[in-house]
Formats: sequence, structure tokens, C-alpha cells
Amino acid sequence: MSTKFKFFISCEEAKHICDKSQYGEASFWEKVKLNVRLSWCRITRAYSSNNNKLTKLVKKSNIDSIEQNKKDEMQRRLQEEMSKY
Amino acid sequence: MPNNQLDPNNWITLYADYLFNYTIVRVKDRETAQDLVQETFFAGLKSMANFKGEASERTWLISILKRKIIDYYRKINSKKGQAEVRINYNADAESEGDWLEERVADGYDKNAEDQIQNEELGLAIEECIDKLPEKQAKIFKMKTILGYDTETICNDLNITASNLWVIIHRARTALSGCLEQNWF
Repeated sequence: MSTKFKFFISCEEAKHICDKSQYGEASFWEKVKLNVRLSWCRITRAYSSNNNKLTKLVKKSNIDSIEQNKKDEMQRRLQEEMSKY
Repeated sequence: MPNNQLDPNNWITLYADYLFNYTIVRVKDRETAQDLVQETFFAGLKSMANFKGEASERTWLISILKRKIIDYYRKINSKKGQAEVRINYNADAESEGDWLEERVADGYDKNAEDQIQNEELGLAIEECIDKLPEKQAKIFKMKTILGYDTETICNDLNITASNLWVIIHRARTALSGCLEQNWF
């Protein structure tokens, strides 16, 4: 099957492409394949809609995070402070 | 009666981002927010004896953080020179001389209510992320919030790309489920 021109993809693969496309990392061809699957597969469609919703929410919330190296630094300083007690 | 315990060893992993998000909407500056979070942990250590175990660890830390934020605003407002009146339409020199009309708020722009909602949303998301297994939470944050490249994360954490995508997939599925329950 793998040698065959692959136009129909599995649900798992569709989800994977959908995840990638949330980060702008899906190629054009992948998006075409995803859209073909979306046109007939309800499960993929549900997943895709939830996934898009999540991306929008995260973006809308302006949620932020401390970089890992900064966190390590904070942990170190906290540990230092703890040893005083 | 619930008797909660404090464990400062886990504070950074468990609460740093939550406190940080709480702070950043209030002080608008990453550096300051990080410092305030750090100070909150120090203050927490200092007053550990006063913790009665009635509130959860996080609630308790937030109450300290609130005081820290108030203190911060008191401090910057008491500086000399604050009384000086400056008439500046806007702070940056580049647009000096531009008229005020251009600075009128856009009606379609965010209003206060939106902002409150967005803050609550941010904290709701943070809470859901905190429920994920540690590794998933970490990778999801790096990828989605800090916007690191797949390659960078893989090199940093020594995992393969397909590994990363599986973790991201699990995290996203769990998060949508969690938000479905807590937000919508």
C-alpha cells in the first residue's frame, strides 16, 4: 500500500496533520489530504474543530509562561533561601 | 477540615506559571512579573509558620502575591518626580506631534470586560495545563505558549519529533476536554 499514491489517510494521520497545522507546520499536500478526510469523516471533523477552538482560546487568553532556564534559576534561588531556614 | 501542607520544593513547577499569569495582566512587564513571583515564593517561605492549612497552597500563595503587587504599585508611585505633570500624548518620540484623534480608542477594540474574561480564560487554561502530566505540560507550554521550534524542543529534551507530536496530541486532547468542562 505504501508504494501507492496515498490520497486517503487514516484517522490517526489526519489528527497528526491537524495537530501540526495548529502550529503552521503542515505542508500544502498534507493539508489537502486532511481536507479530503474532513469532508467525509465525522470523527476527524470533531477533533479538528475542538483543536482549532483550543488554539483560538490559547491565543485569545494571551497566556504566558516563564522560560525554563528562568524557572531553573528561580528554583535555585528558592533552594538557597530554603537552606537558611 | 482539610489540612493542606506546604511543600516549597514543588512551588516553582506547580505554581510559577499560574502566579506569573496572574501578575502579568496586572503589571504588564515580564521582568517585573517574574521578580514579583520570585518574591512571593520568598515571602511564602518566610511566613510558612503562619499557614494554617485551611486554604490550598495556591490560594495562599496568590494572597501573598496580591500584597506584593500592591506594594509594587505603592513603590513606583512614591518615587520623586511622580508629581511632575507632563503633557505627552504618547510616550514614544517617534509619533510625537501626532494628534489626539488618532489615539481615541477603537470601538471594536477590547474593553474592560473582555480583558477580565481573557484573564479568567488564561487562568482556566493554566489550571487545565496543571492537571496534565508534568512532561506533557512542559512540552505543551514550550511549543504552544513560548512558541519554540519543534527542533529546539527535541534537542533540548532529547526526544524525537514523532515523540513530540504524540505528546502534543495527548496534551491537546486532554486540554480540550478539560476546557470543555470548565470553560464552556
